[in-house]
Parts: sequence; structure tokens; C-alpha cells
Amino acid sequence: MTDQDKIVVDNVSKFYGEVLGVNRVCLSIPPGITSLVGPNGAGKTTLLNLICGLLRPTKGKISVLGQTVNEPDLLYRKLGYCSQFDAFPRGLTGLELIYGYLKVYGLSDREAHQMAWSALETVNLTDAANRRVHAYSKGMRQRVKLAQAISHRPQVLILDEPLNGLDPMARAEVIALFQRLAADGAHVLISSHILHEVDMISDRVILINNGYVVAEGNIRGVRDEMDEHPMQIMVRCDRPAAVAAKAFEQDHAVEVKMHEDGQGLMIRTRSADQFYLMLNRIVLDCNLNVEAVAPADDDVYSVYQYLIGTDGGRL
Amino acid sequence: MITSFLDRLTEGGSPWSVWLRQTLAIMGLETKKSFLGRRLIAVYFLALAPVAVLVIRIMVPLRPEELGTPGEAGMVFAVVFQTFVLRFSVFFGCMSIFTNLFRREVMEKTLHFYLLSPVKREVLVVGKYFSGLIASLVFFVGSTIACFLLVYVPYGNKFMEDFFLEGVGTQQLLTYASVTTMACVGYGAVFLLIGLYFRNPIFPAGLLLGWETINFLLPSFLQKISVVHYLQSLCPVPLPLGPLAIITEPTSAWVSVPGFLGLTILVILASALQVSRLEVTYGAD
Repeated sequence: MTDQDKIVVDNVSKFYGEVLGVNRVCLSIPPGITSLVGPNGAGKTTLLNLICGLLRPTKGKISVLGQTVNEPDLLYRKLGYCSQFDAFPRGLTGLELIYGYLKVYGLSDREAHQMAWSALETVNLTDAANRRVHAYSKGMRQRVKLAQAISHRPQVLILDEPLNGLDPMARAEVIALFQRLAADGAHVLISSHILHEVDMISDRVILINNGYVVAEGNIRGVRDEMDEHPMQIMVRCDRPAAVAAKAFEQDHAVEVKMHEDGQGLMIRTRSADQFYLMLNRIVLDCNLNVEAVAPADDDVYSVYQYLIGTDGGRL
Repeated sequence: MITSFLDRLTEGGSPWSVWLRQTLAIMGLETKKSFLGRRLIAVYFLALAPVAVLVIRIMVPLRPEELGTPGEAGMVFAVVFQTFVLRFSVFFGCMSIFTNLFRREVMEKTLHFYLLSPVKREVLVVGKYFSGLIASLVFFVGSTIACFLLVYVPYGNKFMEDFFLEGVGTQQLLTYASVTTMACVGYGAVFLLIGLYFRNPIFPAGLLLGWETINFLLPSFLQKISVVHYLQSLCPVPLPLGPLAIITEPTSAWVSVPGFLGLTILVILASALQVSRLEVTYGAD
């Protein structure tokens, strides 16, 4: 995969006078769903605005599918941005908003109308298409912004807190939409603080704190590289004491906690792979009856807690 | 290279047709904003106040000696036009319309809708400038034409027919309308630029107003660095400027009009340059 197929952020820094926005950020984002996670003020929106060309980097270069961000007429053919700004031009209905800006993109009346309607259908907002946006609820405003961002069928969709204000049903629909777009080969870059949803939908995560990228990649891969935080694995079985005893014979086991019901244990290990091998052997040798085995802290939430923690600020 | 749905817009064709469509679309979105809104009350007042005064003058019956001659009426119009309309009404009207073309959207946090569109920033500036220009022309050329006609209404239909169909009335009317158009073109470009460079345009606008007001007292070469000098040169009825004025040879229309338009284009290009560097930092505004 070449830079023509990726979003490339090359050693980018952004300072607002003396204040740091982001510093020395290097990213190479392939197609799929990538989530940007960090506490308030970490630099998420700054990074998204830099990628969208709304801000100019103090240092470094950014390209989106090979296109420099300094040429908006070419960049925004490929890119749609659903920003966090909850403001709309006065007096426009949802349909007029999307149609009007599609006309600005250079489309004919017929095409603009068709595509605007199609975008509203995608976000289930056709019933309110002819109502003024200022009369919309927070969730409807969020959906009309999303419709506007996808209306020209961009290959790169950047979304700043897109799930804010959506009810659970709408949230599920929007997540399904992101997954559909990603399956079609689009880049979907999402900033979100709803970690369990990020964990559920992301192919990759970027953790950012105080303007620095602290980790990026597949969440399991990121977790595996965090040697200073032994992996927690939950095992439900009929003889947890046997597993605990065998585990302590190994160097990688750090801690074992037995479940109160005596039907399982939680083990902290420096090598999950070695533990799984060992568990297989116990199952074969001791005829252990295993009900469930699951990693307990290789999700975004745990990685976030380990790398950023509560000191990083509120999510 | 991955191609996008919108790439076909410019495939095999001239980009000018796309730019033209985009300019017209921007003007379409801006038109409503240019004529509606509380912010425009002052502009409506500036455009309609002289019309209202002249309508009242028609409604109050005057004796012939109070009315004066049509020549005197033409002189009164010339004074009102060059002092109130050009230096006050069009000046402040254009200030209100053009400085807000971008500033209003920054204040309302809606500018990103344009900045996130696949539009050259230069096209955006031109589209917004023309939408402001159309609004200012409707307000102030309309007001100028209405005022010029209303000045002569008290002299009766017979006089109006002779003056406009056989006399110099139509020519003067078109000249005044053209001067107002030029004023909107020039002040519009200047205020567009001021609105982009200054968070509060009042201070630079005040300086500009002062410069334009004392223009007739300045040495000839400085008089030529102003909008009003060229506009006054084009007016059909010259005004006496008083004993302190430094008399400067009026610039010929063949020089002043192309020069004025050329300078306007340069100012619009400077605005485009500023917009091309624009960042969205609503929080800082």
C-alpha cells in the first residue's frame, strides 16, 4: 500500500502561539475504521482539523490519499468532514443545507438534489428534510452534519465525536454506516470518547495525550507491546486451583486471583501466548473442564487507562 | 491515484465552467443572507432614508417660489449625492455588507461549511464579493435612481417627459447610477479586505472615512489615492468644494474607470490571498 492510499501525517506539530496543539505526530492511516482517543484537550480536534486543512501545521506535512491539504478544491473531492461545530447557516432546511453546498461543489441541480436526498435517506432524516435545521434536536443536527459529510461520497470520512447526542438506535445505525463505508474501502477516522463503541468498531486506534500520540495500531497489538502492564486473562473452569498452581511454576505469571465462587480465576501474565500454551497442556494432561477463557484488559478502555489513566483528564 | 466521484467534474473540460457554477452557487446561498436579517436594518435605513425624505417633500405641497427651479433641484441632488449618498450612505452600507461577508460566518461558526467544500478559496472570495455587490447595488443604485426621479417629480409630468426623453435627464440618471455602482464596486472590495484583516473593522473604516472626508484638502497626488476622488470626477454636476480645497484636475473617465477596476481586482486578490491562509479557529474569535 502506497501513500496514495493512506492518510499520511509526517512529523506534524501545531502551536497556537506558545500553546501546544499537537507535537511531532507521525501517522500512516490505511483504509478502515481508525479511532482517535484521548482526554479533553489532548489535541484530537486539532489533529483532525490539520488533516482536513482547516488548520495549517506549524511544522511537518500532511497528505490525504496523496493529495496535499493545501488545495481544498482537490482535497474535499475525496474528503468529507463532520465537525464538532454545532452551528448551521441560518434559515436553511436540512435538504437546502446539503443541496446548497452540493451545488457549491459544482454539481447540477438534478444531481445535487438526488445526492442530497440520498444522503438524508442514509441517515434516516428524510421526514425532517424540509424542516429548518435550527428546529432540529441535537441528534438530528448530528445526523444532518453526517449527511452533509457523506453527501458527495468521499473516500475519506473524518468525524469529530459523531456519536454525541445520538440515541442508542441512531448510534447503532450510524456505527453500521461506518462499518459499511469501511467495508467498501473508505478511510473512516473517528474521534470519540465512547470507548466501548470505539473498541467495538475500530480496526485501529490512535491514543493521544497532551498533544503527543502515545500509541497507535491494532488495539491487541498495542496491548501486546505494553510489557510493563501484564495481561489479565480470565479463566472459568472446574479446577482453577490446578491452573493457578501450574501458572506459578512459570516465570511469566505475576498474580492470580481466584473467583469467589471457586469456578474460575484471573491471572496476570507477562506472556499471554505462553499462558495459553500452558493452559492447553493442563486441559490435555489433567482433563480440565474449561468453560471460558477471555482476555480481560486488551480493550481500548484498558489500554487507555494504562497509557493515559485518570491523570490524562476526563474522557 | 484514487479518483473520487467529484473528479469527473473537471475531467476533459475547462475548470472555468466549474468555477462559474460554483460562483453562482455561492451567490445563491448568500443572496438570502444579503437581504434578510436584523443586521441589515441599518443598510435599509441608509438606502431608504433619502428616498423617504423626497417622498415627504412630494407629499407636502410647496409654492412655486419654495420649490425652486429644476436646475436648483439638480444642484441639491448633486450635493446630497456627493456628500450624503457617496460619503455616508454607500460608505457605511458597503461597510456593513462587505465586512460581514466572512466575519459574520466566523462569528456564527458556519464558515467551515464553505472551507470544507471542494472550492478554490479564490472562487469563494469572488462568489461572496459578487453576492455582496448585488445586494449593495440593489440597495444603493436603487436608492439613487429613486431619489433622482423623486427630485424632479414635483415639476410635473410634462417636465419629466421633456427632461428624461429629450433633455439630459436620462444621461445624468445613468451617470449617477454608474457612479454609485463604481462606489459599491470600490468600497465593497476595500471593506471585504478590511473585514478579513481586522477583527473589528470600525477602526480601519473610521480611518478610511477620515481620509475620504479630508481628501479635498490634500495635495493632488494624495487626492488620487482615494475612492471618492475618482467617483467625484465622474459626477455630471461638479460641486464647489470651498476656499480651503486644493483644486485637482479631474481624472478622465477613460483613465479613472479602468484604473479603478484594476485596483479593485488587486484588492480582491489580496482578499483571496488572506482567505487562502485562513484557519478555522472559532474559539479564538
